[in-house]
Amino acid sequence: MNPQSCVNIQKEWDIVGARQLGRDIAKKIGFGTVDQARIATAISELARNIYLYAENGQICFEVIDNINHKGISMVAIDNGPGITDVSKVMEDGYSTSGGLGAGLPGVKRLMDEFDLQSEVGKGTRIKAVKWVR
Amino acid sequence: MRIPILKLHNYLLISIQTEIDDNTAIQFQEDLLSKIHQSGATGVVIDLTSVDIIDSFIAKVLGDVVTMSDLMGAKVVLTGIQPAVAMTLIDLGIHLKNVPTALDLEQGLIKLYQELGE
Repeated sequence: MNPQSCVNIQKEWDIVGARQLGRDIAKKIGFGTVDQARIATAISELARNIYLYAENGQICFEVIDNINHKGISMVAIDNGPGITDVSKVMEDGYSTSGGLGAGLPGVKRLMDEFDLQSEVGKGTRIKAVKWVR
Repeated sequence: MRIPILKLHNYLLISIQTEIDDNTAIQFQEDLLSKIHQSGATGVVIDLTSVDIIDSFIAKVLGDVVTMSDLMGAKVVLTGIQPAVAMTLIDLGIHLKNVPTALDLEQGLIKLYQELGE
């Protein structure tokens, strides 16, 4: 496996830093411009969730390079409050922050694989993967 | 970081050239509204040709600034949204339905001329 690169999310500007790093990695692997934008936007949403709800956390990127599959995997981890109702946050238009609501269902649509684990009082872990077409 | 706002006759022109973070977006919203107030501009073009990411937050700020300007009496047109950005916005579930758009700056200005009749 390839080495991971991680970005800490603590300040608002880290959201920009995370999506720039993710985009650079995506470009290197060979994603086209549309998928680069999708990946960068998904990172932006995940990083903002960490910043808004958990205050700090981490996003780690990993290049997946199998014989017939190439892609980028990202894992967003925080030790924040966790998500009380996971099925609710996956509904379109649901938001506790006032008006955005595109968040997680949007990320799921932007990426090819999406996995959400959350425990109230402990934190949230979201893994998302995009494959090069 | 601040986004420059240029005045041209009754119009304000903005070309967003930098990566927009949340604070820059909010600052821009305030700056644009006070510039409309000061200048009495009736039309605004925000050109997004160089913007390669619009996430849900930036989209909300842009959509809001269009509505806010409208409340003040200025018409805003967003121009130059890249193909990748348009596709990403729809994936995100953001349709910006009531936001006037045009292909590029030139078409944006034509749209303003037509709608404002100047």
